[in-house]
Order: sequence, then C-alpha cells, then structure tokens
Amino acid sequence: MRIELNVNGTVHEIEVEPRTTLLDCLRDRLDLKGAHAGCEHGVCGACTVLFDGAAVRSCLMFAAQATGSAITTIEGVTPGPGELSPIQDAFCETHGLQCGYCTPAMIMAAHALLAGNPAPTREEIVEAISGNICRCTGYAQIVEAIALAAERMRGVNRPRSLTE
Amino acid sequence: MKAAPFEYARAADVDEACAWLAADDGARLIAGGQTLVPMMAMRLARPTRLIDINRIAALSYIRQETHQDQDGIAIGATTRQCAVERDALAAAKVPLLARAIPNIGHAATRARGTIGGSLANADPAAEISLIAVTLDATLSYRAGGKTTDIPARGFHVGAMVTSLPEGACLTAVRFPVWQGRIGTGFHEVNARSSDFAFVSAAAQIELGADNKCKRIVIGVGAATDHPIRLESAERQLAGGALDPKAVRAAVEAALTDIEALDDLHATAAYRRRVAAVLAARAVADAFADAQGKKVQGNANAH
Amino acid sequence: MSATGNRRYVSSDRRVREDRRFVAGKGHFVADIELPNMKHVAVVTCPHAAARIKAIDKRAALAMPGVHYIVDGAELAAATLPLMTGLDTPNVPRRPLALDVARYSGEWVAAVVADTRALAEDAAEAIEIDYEALPFVLDAEQALEQGSPLVHEAHGSNVLLDKTFVWGEVEKDFAASPRKLSLRVKWGRSSTVPIETFGVVASWDPWRDMLDVHASIQMPRYADQIGIALKIPATSVRVHHDVDVGGSYGVKRGIKHTVLCGYLSRRLGFPVRLIEDRLENMRGGDAHGPERLFDVEVAFADSGIVRSMKMRALENVGAYAGRSPFQLGKPIGAIVGPYKINSVEYRAIAVVTNKTTQDAVRGFGQGPTNLALERTMDEVANVLGLDPLEVRKRNLIRHDEFPYLIPSGTTYDSGNYETVIAKVLADAGYEDLKAERDRLRAEGKLAGIGIAACLEPSGGNATFEALLNPAITTSTFMDSCRINIDGMGAITATMHTPSSGQGHETLLGTVIGEVLQVDPDVVHVTRPDSLNSLPSGTPVGSRMAIMLGGAAFHAANRLKAKLTAIGAHDLGIPLERAVYDAGTVSDRDAPQNKRAWADLVQIAFRNYHRMPQDFEPGLAVEHVYQVPTGGTLPTPDGRVQMYPCFSFEFHLLLVSIDPELGRPEIVRYRLGHDCGTQINPKIVRGMTMGGIAHGIGAALYEEFAYNDDGQLIAQSFMDYLLPSSHEVPAVDIVDHETPSPHTVLGQKGSGESGYLGAPAAIANAVNDAIRGLGISINTLPIKVSKLGDLIAQAQEKTKVKKGN
Repeated sequence: MRIELNVNGTVHEIEVEPRTTLLDCLRDRLDLKGAHAGCEHGVCGACTVLFDGAAVRSCLMFAAQATGSAITTIEGVTPGPGELSPIQDAFCETHGLQCGYCTPAMIMAAHALLAGNPAPTREEIVEAISGNICRCTGYAQIVEAIALAAERMRGVNRPRSLTE
Repeated sequence: MKAAPFEYARAADVDEACAWLAADDGARLIAGGQTLVPMMAMRLARPTRLIDINRIAALSYIRQETHQDQDGIAIGATTRQCAVERDALAAAKVPLLARAIPNIGHAATRARGTIGGSLANADPAAEISLIAVTLDATLSYRAGGKTTDIPARGFHVGAMVTSLPEGACLTAVRFPVWQGRIGTGFHEVNARSSDFAFVSAAAQIELGADNKCKRIVIGVGAATDHPIRLESAERQLAGGALDPKAVRAAVEAALTDIEALDDLHATAAYRRRVAAVLAARAVADAFADAQGKKVQGNANAH
Repeated sequence: MSATGNRRYVSSDRRVREDRRFVAGKGHFVADIELPNMKHVAVVTCPHAAARIKAIDKRAALAMPGVHYIVDGAELAAATLPLMTGLDTPNVPRRPLALDVARYSGEWVAAVVADTRALAEDAAEAIEIDYEALPFVLDAEQALEQGSPLVHEAHGSNVLLDKTFVWGEVEKDFAASPRKLSLRVKWGRSSTVPIETFGVVASWDPWRDMLDVHASIQMPRYADQIGIALKIPATSVRVHHDVDVGGSYGVKRGIKHTVLCGYLSRRLGFPVRLIEDRLENMRGGDAHGPERLFDVEVAFADSGIVRSMKMRALENVGAYAGRSPFQLGKPIGAIVGPYKINSVEYRAIAVVTNKTTQDAVRGFGQGPTNLALERTMDEVANVLGLDPLEVRKRNLIRHDEFPYLIPSGTTYDSGNYETVIAKVLADAGYEDLKAERDRLRAEGKLAGIGIAACLEPSGGNATFEALLNPAITTSTFMDSCRINIDGMGAITATMHTPSSGQGHETLLGTVIGEVLQVDPDVVHVTRPDSLNSLPSGTPVGSRMAIMLGGAAFHAANRLKAKLTAIGAHDLGIPLERAVYDAGTVSDRDAPQNKRAWADLVQIAFRNYHRMPQDFEPGLAVEHVYQVPTGGTLPTPDGRVQMYPCFSFEFHLLLVSIDPELGRPEIVRYRLGHDCGTQINPKIVRGMTMGGIAHGIGAALYEEFAYNDDGQLIAQSFMDYLLPSSHEVPAVDIVDHETPSPHTVLGQKGSGESGYLGAPAAIANAVNDAIRGLGISINTLPIKVSKLGDLIAQAQEKTKVKKGN
C-alpha cells in the first residue's frame, strides 16, 4: 500500500506492505539506520523515535499508521554533518555510552524529556530512560549526560565570563 | 520477528469499524497496539485485517458526564494513557486512576497505549482494568449501530477474555466520581519497577466526619485471571474505623478462596499472600489520604 | 616510560573518540549493511527438548513467493565439517543445523532464504517436519545419573569433562584444621544478552574465491573456523573488522550462523544475511552462559583463617560443547581469590543436557567461582560469630607479600587490597553502614550488608585450554599493532579485530600519543580486514588494555627509536646524544640543532641518502605482543601461570527487603576498584558500572528458565529481565592504583570489573538480611517470589514455635 510519511520534516511517499513496522520502514526504505532493532517486541526501547513529539517505540507501530504524523529520528536531531546537538555532545562528554547500539534511542528519550522538563531531577531522568535498556553502562554516565545537557541548555542564553 | 501478512484499513468512524469487523471474522481493531503488535510480531496473533481506530477523533476525549444522576468522568476508548496521566480533571475527579496510571509500562508505551485498548486486552495485571473493576466503571461499546453499556465487573471474565461481543468496538469507559472525604490507595509489586505486576491492589474510601468509613471499595489485580473485588471485606469494613488489624483480617479472609495464578514470575502462594498485604496497604493509604495525610504510595515507588 | 612517570594523555579525562559516531546514529552495525542482491535467512527451530527428525517436507514452502532456497541439516552436514570444539569429544559434534536428532528446544533444523526476512518467516512456518519426540534431561545432576537419557548417544555418557586437581596438601590441611564447613551454591543460567542480536552477512565471489563476511563478532580465530568448516582455505575468508558490534561481553560468537550463511552464499551465488531476531537469539543463538552448581568445603581455624578448600563445580553446558567447558578452567588462575588459602582440591565437571548451548560470558566462569568463594567466606564468619569483613581481612594477601604464588601455579602480580578496603571504609564508614542497617531493621525491614572481595584475572594466554585438554598446546594469546607514518607525516595505527564498545580506538590513540608525545586525536586508527591483519586474540578475557595497549606501546617505541635514529644520523651526532621530544629530535648538547617531524618524514620518505645505513625507507612498524608473563604449558600436576594481571574489586552494599513482599532493594552501593593504571578513566568507570548492572541482573532478575517439558520459558524480554535504570542504584566508586609490574603502563584489565563481584556481594547482603530468620539462599537469581515465599515460610515456622 502507498503511504505518506513525514520524517524529519520531509514527506516521503512510499509503497510498503501493511505489515512493515515503522522501524523497518525507517531503516530499510528511508535508509535512516539510527533507530535499531533490539527486541522487536517493545521492551528494549532501542527503536525509540519521536512521534508527534512523544518518544515511542517504532517497532510497535506499523508504518501505515504513521501517515499524518510527524516523526523525528536521531538523524533529525543531529544539527548537521559532523555537528552534535547539546544532548549528543553531553553524551560524549560523560561517555554515556559504550557500544552505541541503544544510544540513539536513549538520546531520543532524553530529547522528549528535556522538551517538557528543562530541569529534571535525577529521579525524573531515571524514569524517562527506564524504558530504554542499556547493557553496557549501568546508566550512571547516561543520567549524568542528560543532567549535563539540561544544565547547558538552560544556560545557553546566560551571560558568561570571558574565561568560561 | 515479522508479523504475518494482513490488510490494513483506517476507519473513519466507529460504525465503519464495526461494519468491517462484522464482515471479516479474522479482522481485529488496533488502537495503541502496545500489546497487539508484539503478539503479531511473534505470530501469536494473526489478524487477516487490521482496522485502525486511532484516527477516530470522536473516541479520544476526557470529559465530565452525568449519567442517571451519577457524576462521572468519561474517557474515550482511544484516549492515550499519557493524556489521562497529564489530565487535571481526571486527576481531581478519579484520583485512584491517576495513582495507578504511572505504573503502566513506560512513558514510551503510555504515549501510544490507550485506555480502551488496555481494557479490551484484559491482561490480568492491567492497572486500568483493576481500577475500572474497583470503581465499578461502566464500559460502552458499539455494535450493529447500537451503543450498549456493560459494567466493568461483567466485562472482565478471564485472562485476556472479555464479554465484549464479536464485532463490537469498545467506545468509552465512565468512572463514577465520588463526593465527600475521599481517599485512595494503590500498590503493586513486580520484579522490575515497570514490569507487569505480580499482584496489584487498589482501594478507595469515603470517610465520614467521625473518621469512620462510610464507603469502601477494594480491588485486587494480577493475582487471579482477572481483577476481583474483595466484597466480603468491603461489607465488613464499611462503617468501621479501619483498624489495621481488622483490615488485614478482612482482606485475608476475602482472599482465601481465590484461584491464584502460578507462573514463572510468582507462585500462587506468593500472589495470595501478597494480595492481602497490598490490599491492606492500599486501604491504609486510602484512609490516610482521606484524612489529608501524605501517602507514600506504591511499594515500588520509582 | 615507567608507570608512575609523567603522563601526558594516559589517565587523563579525555573523551572517547568512538562516541561521536554513535550519538549521531552513525555506527556501522551489521544490520546496517546492505549488499546488492542480498537475500535474507530465517531459521526453523525444533519445538521439542529432544527429537528425531524423521522427515522434512519443503515443497509448500518452496512454492511460496520470494523464496529461493531451503537447506536442512543433512545437506549442510554433507558439505561442511562440524564446528570446532574445545575438548576432544568427537562423538559430540556440533553443526549449524541439527542432523537427524535435535537436542534442545529452539535448535535450528532448517533455514529458508527469501527476498525479505518477512517472506522467509512466512516460508519457515510452511515447512512441515515430522518429529519423533525423544527422552530428555535438563538438570545437570540428573544428567550424571546412571540411566539418564543420553544427549549424545554415541558419546556413551553425558559427561564431557571430569577432572580433579589437587594443589598442595589438602587432606593434611583438612586434618590439621579444627573447623570445617560445606556449602552448596548455585549460579543460575543467565548470559550477557547484548541489545544487538548476532548478525552476519556472507557474500561469496566465485571469480576471486573469496567469502566476504560482515558480522557482529567477538571471537578469536573466527576466519580460521569459517574456513575449516566450509572446507575452504582461510585465505578465502575475508572478515571485515570495521563492523561496530552492539555489545557482546563474550557471547558474540556466531560461528554456526556464519557457516550456514557462508554455505548458502556459496551455494546460491548471492549475498545472504541472517540477523537473529530476539526469539532466535534467546532460544537457538547458542549464547547462554554458565549454569553452575558448586559444592565447597573449607577447613579453617578458630581465627577464621582458611587453610584449605575443596571445590566441586558441576557445569550444565547445554546440548553441545563448543568452547564453553573451558569456563571451568579460567577460574583456576584465581581459584583462591584474594586469599592466602594454602591448598586446594578442584573438581571440574561439565555435562551436556537438553538445554541451549552456551558460549563465553564476561569473566569466563570467574563470576560464578567468586560467588562460591565469597558466600563461603561469609559462612565462615557466620559460624565463628565474627564480622565478615574481619574474616576477610585476616585471610587477605597483604601488599608486601606480592608477587604471590597461589597453589594452582599462578603468581599474582601486585595488589594492595587492604588499602582499597581502607579507602572504601574511610569513605563509607562501616560502622555507619551497620547503624543504617540496624535502623532499617528497627523499622521492620530485613536489611543486610553484603561484602565481596574479588579478583579479575586479565590478559591471559589461554592455557586453561591445555589444562583441561592436554592435546592443546596453546600458550599464547597475542595481539598486534601496526603504525605507519605516511609521506605527509600523518599517523595511522591499525588494530585487527572488531570492538563492541570498549573504546579500543581511543586506547590506541592514547597509548601511541603518549609514547610519541603527540595529541592522541592525530593518531588515525583503522581496522584492516582479516586478510590484511596481524594476529589478534580479540577482546576476550579482559585483555585489550594489556595486550593491544602493550602492542601499541612497543610499536610506538619502535617508531620513536627509528625517528630518533634518523634524526641523530642527519644531525651527525651519536644516537645517545639524540633527544626525542614530541616529534622533534634534537642534540642534547646543542638543543638548537634539531630535526622536526616534517624533516624526519621528508628523510624517511624521500631522502634515502640521508637515512642511516641499512634502514628501511618509510616509517612503518609493527609489533606482535606476547602475554607479558610469557607462555608455559601446565605441569603434570596442573599448575600454570595463566593470567599476568589481577585487578581487585571490593564491594560493600546495603540491601533492604520488605519482609512481606520479599523484594530486595539496594540502598547503598560502594565499590573499591584497583585495575592499575587507568588508560581512560571514563571507559573504566563505564565498564565497571555496566559490570555492576550486569551483576545485579545475574543476582536478582535474569534467568533462562525452563519448564518441565524442556521449553525455555524466559525467551523474550518480557520474561528475561534485564536491569533498567530503576534497578541500578547510584554507586560510589573509589579508585586505587596499584600498577602491574608486568605491563607497559602499569595497566590491568577492567572489562569484567563489577560483574565479577556484584552477584556475590548481593547474595551476601540478602543472606545477612534473612539470617535472623534462620534461613539462607544460595541459588541465583534471587527472585522476588522465591525470596518472599522463603521468608513467609520461615516466619510461619517462628510463629508456630512461639505458639508452642
């Protein structure tokens, strides 16, 4: 069937089987490889994307269902080739990742959190990423990355000293 | 892990969805899909046709309704769980629901999961089903061009089994609003904080000026194949002072004959015993809440 | 450079260079690879715990749209050799697809090739297989019994390995000791379960006789094993090492997947891809971890000093052997942990059962062994009425006793256990922690303190193979680095294995930058394919900082020496007067006379007439690094130096259990950690925290549980429970640095840190919490319902007693 998908601000017309999940469609048809398949049954969260601004699991939705909504993937929050968003940069700063497989999804969950809550507590960060399983890090440096990103994003318009 | 092939159609309204359902025995409705899609991925569910009701605007709302003189909060079937979680009216009028909802899955599944989808799926551990049964909510469904009401207690009949007729589409659930000095309590226990509960318990009470219990409902989920009410305990405790020992004895007595589930995650003995623990705690919380005391809440508090 | 010398980059808080691509979703994982005309594989699995395959009817499936081919075990077995196994068990052959008999539920029986994965799954359902169910055995102890069903009839028994080692005067020490106790401890079947499943793309080019393999692999001798099984020269196998691996921690060893896909690509003439789905991964991916039953007996004095130990370890390896029985061998290198136990008897038994096959898991058997040891130390303290911390202190090897030879023949390199512990306690206050425990108890909670003092052997030479199978004479596990400075002066270093999150590119950059005194970020790191690679033992056994770091260090020093010699020669000064500083060579006695980097490159690449005599032109060097303690085979009585370095970790935590629910909550967690020099502290901390999280999983949540029918019931992420952010508490890590005398920078391994002690510490804490009820629990994982029921039964008994 023919569907229209609005991904990262671009509308694509694609022919898909109804059974094609949004995840498979993004990866296989639009070549957006940043969302990953970890379990394909909605538990690990490695496929998280933003769906009308909310973090959702793209393996738990068929592509056909997404027509009419705006989808944002990790490729859509990366400012440009070689450039990082404050959240992505904070993950590098704290080393909030190791193998990188869950990372794009973790960053999407962080985006969804910080969009609605610029100053989350540790507990709120822990809750916001609790649906994203990371097997490498034990989460500590991920939580720190999100807290650091929040702090930096809050401070973005703050006057700074010359040495800062 | 790819679903078996199926046809996909978006229904414009409920009657169209029902007509399509009636036309094809293998057709199924999809709302949030948070349970159905994994089942399809594992090919444990294989609908021939998927009827998408997500875009039916008339099924997505939270509003106050008075029905046969009873104040209620009506929630459309495809209303997202996260919408209810954030809704001030629902929180004020049905505080027990507000207490339970954050325990459903994760933020990412509540963003898609719907109130009606959870009810219709009827997982024994579903929090919304437990609250609906506990509060004697009324469910509405549409079939053959007709809307029918059914009490939540008659709706949930087994594990993943409801009394919803073939070809019907659940349209709404109406939670009664209690007046007066209300208190609520909700507890569940699971392995990890966001897992399906092994046991869950919910209670709502109304206190009189004398701090005696005027009205009480107690529900237990996940212990048996569908949520149950502890009616004998409710009868025993109504009118009383909710002394902790009396509460514990009453809920224990009400739970002695249940057929508790036994599986990989918890034994039947565990479920029966802990159901009483959590029910007593839910009542204690509700009692404290009604008196304006701070309630610590769920044992697995995040 | 000495370990304590001034470091420019080593141990500094630098970013990890790999992170940039991953945060942008630009990793290069195997599932991201699409080759032209590539087809997809799905497998058909056996639904029985054991069954004879009587007939396979492919007709209906072959007629389905998009289906290209279906292969079964008979066809594959005729064309390939069985997969390599570690022990000499010729009658326990392991093949990618079951031949005649399937031996566990989930074992692969046939494979479909189709245009898409979905079409392959459709066809897999349509293959009709006639099975005859056979008797089966799931439990290791039952598998040992006479008359038990035989998993491999031709082998004649279910025992793959039964070997007893005696190091020292065990019986004499037991006879001389006033006290003894015995304990049974069980480590449940769990694994590392990376979020990325295993995947492989195989593509055969018949005109070049070349099999190109892209895979999410972490395995030594991968290309060799593919070539042997497919009966093609290893020179016809090209494994691409630039694939990012989405987590492994030991298990990414999909040799059977690769042989299957390699065969199919050769047979069909197009690229073939198999990316396991989660069910295939959990049931038939052959990536389960140890399931081990310990019977421990110790002889000790009234002071709590343990003199001797007898340990019997019974491992349920699952249906086929592979390499997994060797996981009984590695712990021999640290069999006494950090303690001065005088003599040891160790019996290692591996049995086959009708469960999923195992592979290597983080620690390679050390985690279970540490659990048995540390539970035993707690019980020694318990029977003596002594504090468990005090008992450990009395038994610990003191820092002035290193190097320390343990009974099984390994000499521990260095350590300062008492200082690590003192630092943790200074930070935490043991008495404060006890007071907090007692407060929780007063509030009605069951609360307990858990301690574990554990070792992480690292960087070894794999002589556990020779210990358990004398036919093997392997005494090296080398790693290599090549560094080339090109004609423009840019530095490229190579490594020769894929990575799965350990930051090896950062490791190479840091070590080479340190030696050459240049910014690590200018050191470009590449991963040539297997045909262009030097030997690498791959990231196993907590070895890469030691072994790849060592190779890079020596290669860089070789390069530095060459640059210095070129500079000295061009300056016309004796070599000993030449000083190398950050890429410039100058005259010690006349520092204004110097040759800068560009000059040296110019000479090496373009001015051969200015080169020292007989020097190779260019600036290419390589180093193949041997395990720093060398390589010797075991003595006849089974003693050998297996690992060169021993990291230490001291866990101290407080657990609180709601007695009515049985749900343990970790309230405080502190860790003292000493892995020598930390080359990159961010990486070490991350791996340690990840190891603790993994250990929490093994202790409390994760188990490949089977039902009585032999079906794996924890086969999805709904039932196999990985810790989420909620389940991992904040951990205070206290670092200490005792350099290893054997390694180039004083570094030791840290890839298994945290995991090797967390389960033991948690089990000890839970037992401290419930001891007052007269109960104990020595089986992992300690699941909520199990613990809750145990507590309830104990309380019931107490009530009855009181009633009487």
